[in-house]
Amino acid sequence: MPPAAPKKGTPGAARRRWDRHAVERRVLGVARVVVIVLAAVAAAGPLLYGVVLSVRPFAAFVADPLALPSLSEIDIGTYATALRSEEDGGFGLARFMRNSASVAAWTTVLTVACSVLGAYAAVRLRFFGRDTVNGFFLAVYLFPGIVLAVPLFVLFSRIGLTGTLTGLVLIYMAQTVPVALYMLRGYFQAVPAGVEEAAEVDGCNRLQVIVRVVLPMALPGITATALYVFMIAWNEFLFALLFLVGDRERWTVSLGIARLGDFAVPAPVLMAGSIAITVPVVAGFLLAQRLLVSGLTAGAEKG
Amino acid sequence: MTGPSSGAGAGGGASAPVTGRRPRRGYRRRRGLTRRAREELHGRLLVAPTLLVVGGVVLLPFAAVVVLSMQELRLIEIRTLSPADLGVSLANFAGVLTASGFWAAVRTTLVYATATTAGSLAAGLALALALRRPFRGRGLMRGLALVPYVLPVVAAATITEMLLDPQYGAVNEAGRRFLGWQAPVDFLTEHRIDVAGLPVPAALSTVVAFEVWKSFPLAFLFLTARLQAVPRDVEEAAVVDGASPLQVFRYVLLPQLAGVLGVLALLRFIWSFQNFNDVYLLTGGAGGTEVVAVRVYRELVTNADVGSAAALGVLMTAALAVPLLLYLRLVRKGRL
Repeated sequence: MPPAAPKKGTPGAARRRWDRHAVERRVLGVARVVVIVLAAVAAAGPLLYGVVLSVRPFAAFVADPLALPSLSEIDIGTYATALRSEEDGGFGLARFMRNSASVAAWTTVLTVACSVLGAYAAVRLRFFGRDTVNGFFLAVYLFPGIVLAVPLFVLFSRIGLTGTLTGLVLIYMAQTVPVALYMLRGYFQAVPAGVEEAAEVDGCNRLQVIVRVVLPMALPGITATALYVFMIAWNEFLFALLFLVGDRERWTVSLGIARLGDFAVPAPVLMAGSIAITVPVVAGFLLAQRLLVSGLTAGAEKG
Repeated sequence: MTGPSSGAGAGGGASAPVTGRRPRRGYRRRRGLTRRAREELHGRLLVAPTLLVVGGVVLLPFAAVVVLSMQELRLIEIRTLSPADLGVSLANFAGVLTASGFWAAVRTTLVYATATTAGSLAAGLALALALRRPFRGRGLMRGLALVPYVLPVVAAATITEMLLDPQYGAVNEAGRRFLGWQAPVDFLTEHRIDVAGLPVPAALSTVVAFEVWKSFPLAFLFLTARLQAVPRDVEEAAVVDGASPLQVFRYVLLPQLAGVLGVLALLRFIWSFQNFNDVYLLTGGAGGTEVVAVRVYRELVTNADVGSAAALGVLMTAALAVPLLLYLRLVRKGRL
């Protein structure tokens, strides 16, 4: 909103216009507060609701769905129940988290490795088909996952990759490489080319330049990219559902919570599970927020 | 590559001159390529791993989906499928296009994608404008606003289902207590409810609202970044010239934001058009929310009909080709 207009002596002819300004400013001022409050409620409300539900005994919740839990009735045992393995009377969430962590970690390592090389090439090197390759990656990013799911399901069943976490890692890689490339390109552009040239003159070959010069200088950006990729892999649902639904041992967090939701799992435990799988993602995001935001919106300033 | 030197390690005396010569050989070999040719080679080598993965997991499957769409193929036949069994038939397309509910699903998808795009952009824009002037806690609010975007969709859907539960969900309870609702509303299954005499598609509105909630942070993020780059002096000049706040927005800010808004609209439309997760998790396609993506899944998993699922997928891709090409053209022109 623009700063308040300087109050000049208002000549009679201009009176109506100034009135309009005052009305607009008043209305917009109120709208601004409303928007901010609504956004705060929308952003934090559901999460808080989930947290409250996860620590309230179900009976108390059914009796009064809108009340806050009293201190005496707070019960964080639901988290333990959700995390414990099935043999111990729990719901196996800890195992789902281990599966997701390993899938997401492998995806992150492989995606970042591939896209560091690719992004460097896209920023610094001129080669045949560079622009085509860049456009191609963008198209991949926008290609419907559900359409790819059909042939991937068929192909992976044929070669025995459904039911394995390896298959998922491959797919997550292909899905995250484009956005990782896009983000890394932005960060690499910020590395002055002169430094690289100096390293080259000193006898570094191309890979050494990337590893010894570009990587350290773009490290914050690479960390942010890695985090984003991890987040996507951790959250992914569709392919986990298609490939792993029959194999409870290998369920990922998303699939696990979705399936548990279909069983008769006590609501507070289900909420505890939802919050437990959300916390790592939100915490990681808030830690790296500034970097992530600048990486994602690198192109937006140009308009 | 290291042919001459690798065997020479045994004789200590002889190896010294050989290893001494090696780097120079390599150096000369590299010099053999011009700097330009090396750049060409390295560029291709460096994108090769990415291309390989993306080609294998996206391009190859895309070719496969076209082939599969022309087969009469059931899920159980996959294990024994060999290239010799492949034929060419358009029966799947005919079947899919005339199946009951197909055109309804197309309409639902279009409504869903359009409404989501509009809502997501409007909400993102409103918040970006509201947070433009600094105040205490603005940084916190900016971070908070992005939370819906990074939440695992499954967790978000599970919590939403609980919120909207007809028996003990907070929304229905609040409606009963404060708004005098007579009967609980099942937001996730009811086709239509009457609001003040007007029929409202309840379930569809709910999934649209959910996707708007999940996606407005991205619009907010990009619009905020773009707003920060708007030169202050133009705006100040407009104010000095007597423009009202709305006029400043309409004639100064909006033209500056138009490019980003266009790109965001295109992207959101493409993403919402193909969205499977939200609708599947919330309603499973019930209550008039069956979008084409959910139908693809149903053909594949529930009906075990690979050919029809593939045919639907091909049709979906064809429908998306227009916005996709439009987007790529914008990118070429350097808009984003």
